[in-house]
Parts: sequence; structure tokens; C-alpha cells
Amino acid sequence: MPLTDAPRIMTARLGDPDSYTIERYLETGGYQALRKALTMTPAEVAAEVDAASLLGRGGAGFPAGRKWSMLKKDPVTSLVVNGDESEPATFKDHLLIERIPHQILEGVIISAYALQVTRAFVYVRGEFALGLERMEQALNDAYHHGAVGADIFSSGFSLDIVVHPGAGAYICGDETALLESLEGKRGFPRIKPPYYPAVIGLYHQPTVVNNVETMANIPWIVANGGAAFAALGAGRSCGTRMFALSGHVNRPGPYEVEMVKVSFRDLIYAEELGGGIRADRELKAFIPGGASSPWFGPEHLDLPLGQDEVGQAGSMLGSGSVVVMDSSTCPVRAAWRITKFFFRESCGQCTPCREGSGWLERILYRIENGGGREQDLDLLLDICDNISPGVHWPPEQTTICPLGPSIPPSIASSLLRFRDDYLVHIKDGGCPHG
Amino acid sequence: MSYFNATMTGRARQLVSLYPEPRSALVPLCHLAQEQDGWLTPEAMEEIAELVGVTPAEVRGTATFYDMLHTEPVGRYVVAVCTNIACLLDGAIELLAHAQERLGVPVGATTPDGLFTLEEAECLADCDHPPCVQVNHRFVRTTTAAAFDRLVEELSAGGHAEDIPAHGTLVRVRRSGGLRVDAGQIARERAAQEGSG
Repeated sequence: MPLTDAPRIMTARLGDPDSYTIERYLETGGYQALRKALTMTPAEVAAEVDAASLLGRGGAGFPAGRKWSMLKKDPVTSLVVNGDESEPATFKDHLLIERIPHQILEGVIISAYALQVTRAFVYVRGEFALGLERMEQALNDAYHHGAVGADIFSSGFSLDIVVHPGAGAYICGDETALLESLEGKRGFPRIKPPYYPAVIGLYHQPTVVNNVETMANIPWIVANGGAAFAALGAGRSCGTRMFALSGHVNRPGPYEVEMVKVSFRDLIYAEELGGGIRADRELKAFIPGGASSPWFGPEHLDLPLGQDEVGQAGSMLGSGSVVVMDSSTCPVRAAWRITKFFFRESCGQCTPCREGSGWLERILYRIENGGGREQDLDLLLDICDNISPGVHWPPEQTTICPLGPSIPPSIASSLLRFRDDYLVHIKDGGCPHG
Repeated sequence: MSYFNATMTGRARQLVSLYPEPRSALVPLCHLAQEQDGWLTPEAMEEIAELVGVTPAEVRGTATFYDMLHTEPVGRYVVAVCTNIACLLDGAIELLAHAQERLGVPVGATTPDGLFTLEEAECLADCDHPPCVQVNHRFVRTTTAAAFDRLVEELSAGGHAEDIPAHGTLVRVRRSGGLRVDAGQIARERAAQEGSG
């Protein structure tokens, strides 16, 4: 573990090219946490996860233990695992699914036991063909090992798991859209309330939806105790977390670091992490938590990688993806491409998102390509304000799901931070970056 | 049953039996149809509708929501070049332009020989190897124009049969654990036995 001596919860097995096989998983202590969990009561297992203060690793950062305890009144019927990773520049779940499918499955089985559900679905993004094959193979092997199926390890507890392939739609990462998709429908996010699938979920029954990385933490928490996990990190951000670093750094890649103990500066510049910016260029800006998050500048480098710390500074850790943009980056082009993404992926149910995303994309495109007008800059912010009034952080929610209000942050960040770049585009009739 | 061939029919029934509600098998069945024919034909959608108990229009309505499901023919190889933010910062627009030139078709089109369909993809979650390229949803990591050309040549010559199956084949691992026999299938077999006995 770089920079701190924290344990490697996610990445310990990744050095082995065969880490995805059941043989290697068993050799490295695999399914021992499950055996331990089965000697405990379901409530005791849930209490350990609660004590770990594990914040969900999908993007919203909701406490996993609380998600589970919301179901005390109505018994949950399904556990659904969200492996539909599609937030731009996020690539940690892709890695975990391909490389440690058994660790994810063990987390799923333990969680199912704690929740006392007998069926679980692992929804894997359709574009992860290799990941789907590895997960399906891992599931077969886990069945034959007796870790899934009827009477798991002679404990009397039974569980069936289905690996479900997605088919290409960013919006299905939203948990209610994912449930619709799993029911065989278009991935339309559901109208709230109810806010949580714990109330009405899959097949209109109480459901828990957890992220893949969240699940992969569970075996370690059960093996070492929730308190040991909570002792890592600081404040509300406990444990280690996977960060996907990309863009203009010397060493882009997925890195596991202890939360809060490491800063953005460490992540981007430390030798054993990002290794600094390519060609020793200056940092222009960085995206701290996925395409939906407001951008940060050099003045934010010393912020620690903690959920509340980043939230208070006006952005979010989100999905754990950090994109570094050096001094050669065109901020108009970057904002245009992110907006184009939201335009393509808007499900079309809500007018502000469906119409606003396309309108914004066309304006940014014409500025980038020499057709911009000075009044476009006010127009951009006005449309953003119509999608999410005030254009502040966290954004005002006006649509069924958070996709619409996720459009303004990158545009506002780019335009407010780099207004001069926009003006040069308009004055010179095109992009100075070529 | 007439669309799916004999092997696929067995697999289709198994898929339906995995879920508490048959409709959940709709998207997996669409993938199965694409494995058989490379794309989702009207006949496939009709049979899927029958299998899960919805109308063919509902199958089409669902399928057209998803980028990976094609209701028109596509090439043997669907080449997807990501141009989203991380790839954009590393030459993705240029690589996509090169791909159009090399394949001789614009984004969304299929080469006249039916071998390649070119797509501009959204983030494919392989951002530490930009620009990211997938062929039939396999990460090929051809980050340069030269590497891209080499791959196109190899595929044109029939290479990569092992690691890049024809478009539509997503998962080559067959589920073998926790399978229950579908109640409907038991009923059908019993009826057939009674009929013959």
C-alpha cells in the first residue's frame, strides 16, 4: 500500500495473473470469511458491516450498513449487485470483475446471508465480455465448491445467484434504472418516492442494491472485524478505496489508497501512484469524481481523498475516478465531450435533461468549432440554470434521476474557471489548441 | 419454436428458468439471438416475445433502448472507439478519424464486405489504456493507428478466431450450477410422453 501501511483489501491478489481462478482464490484464503460468517448469526454479520462504516463505493456514498438496516420492517427478497460501471473515466469495477470475481461473489454470499435473502443478481455491464465470462466461470466454480446453492457449506443456508448481462446504457447504473433493466424493460429510472429500492425494488419487492467494490470489501470486514475497517481512514470515510486515475499523468491506473490519508497531490504526483504530469507540464484542472463532478484546480491538490472533505470543497469523490488535464487541454473541448456523453445517454423521460443536454452540446460544439457568439456564454449558464436552478453544488434535483442535474457541473466548472479560453475561441473563430 | 436452432432453444429455456419473472430474460435472450445471427431479426424478436410473454413490439421497444442490441444487420466485427473524456485527452478523436479512413466508412456504417461496423463509443472503463478500442466488446488495446491497422489486417485474414468471436457471442461460459428444470418444460415433456404413450 503506497504512502500508508494500510492493508490491501482490493488489490492484494492482483499481482497474480491467475487471481480470477478458484484455485488461486482458495490458496489465498478465499471463502474463509464466508465460513466464519456462517458460524455467526445474520444479525452479527450485519452488525460487523455496520461497525465498519463502509460507505457505498458506487458513487452516491450511502452507508452500506444503513442500506441493509432499512429493511428491518419488510424482509428483503433480493440482493442486486451493480456492476454496470459506466461513469466516464471510472474503471475500477471493470478491473475487480475481471480479476477478483470470487472476492465479489464471496461478498455477495455473505451479504445475502446477513440479509437472509435466497436470491441475488450480479448485473455486469454488457461491454465487459471478458468480465462476464470470468464472473460466470467463478459462479460455476463457487457452486461446485459448495459456496453457493443449496445448503452452503452444510450451514442450512441456501442462495442462488444469477449473473445478468447489461446491454449498453449508462443510465442503468442508476439503481432504479438497473432494476427496470433487470426486469427486462427499458432502463428508465423510476419516479420517486419511494426513494429506495429497500421500499420497492425488484419485482416491486424490498431489494438491496450494492456496488461491486462495496461487495468486495465484505469478506475482509467479516474476517478482520468491522472495527479494523473503521480504524482505517478518518471521519466518515473509512477503509481503503479504489481510485481510477487517468488523463495526462505518467502512470494512469487503478490505485487502492487509504481514505483521507492520501491527498489528490499524492495520487497525481507520488512516484508509486500517478508519477506526476507528463512532460512536466503544469496542471490545468482535474475532475475529482467522475463526469458529473465539478472540476478542481491546482488550489485543491492538498485536499484529502475523503468523502466529506471533497464534498465541503464543492465537489465529490463520486465514483472514484480522477481525470488530470494538463496546460495543453482545451476546456471547451473537454466540456463539450462530457456534455455530448450526457446527451447520448439521457433516457429521454424528463424535458430539462433530454432537451437541455442536446442544446448545450450544440452550443459547445459551435464554440469549439468556430461558430461561437459572445452571448453563448450567458446562454450556456442560463440553460444550466434551467436544468438545475442555481447551478450550485450539490445540484438542485429537478428530474427523475440525477443524470440531468449532472450536466451543468462540468460546463459551469469549465466556463467559470476558463472564461478567457472561451472568449479566445469566439474571437479567433475556433480552437487555439488545434 | 422456430427461430432459435435446437441448441439455442435449450439455452433460451434455461435463461427463462433462471428468473422469477420470465421477462427478466428478455435482454439475455436478445444477446442469445445475436449470438445465433449477429443481430436481432424480426423473427428473433417475435420468438423472444413468446418466450417471455410480451408482445414483439415490447421486445423491440426494449431492445432499441440498448446500444449493444442491433435491430439491423451489423458486421462480423463491431469496432468501437471511445472518445470520452480520458480517451479524448489522449488522441481519441484522431484515432477515430483514422479508423474511418482505414475502414472507409463513417461512424455507424458497415464495410461493403460485411466485415466491420464502426462505432463511436462512450467510456468503456479501460481509461488507463487510451484511446480505448473494443472489437465485439473485447478490449484490444490498439492505442495507435499502426496497431489499429495491424488488427484490422489480422481480422480481415481470419485471425483472432479464439479471442474475438463473431459479433453477438458475448459469454462463452455456460452456466452449470444451480440449474432447476423449468416447470413449463417438465409440463411440456410430460404432455409429449402422454401423447406418445
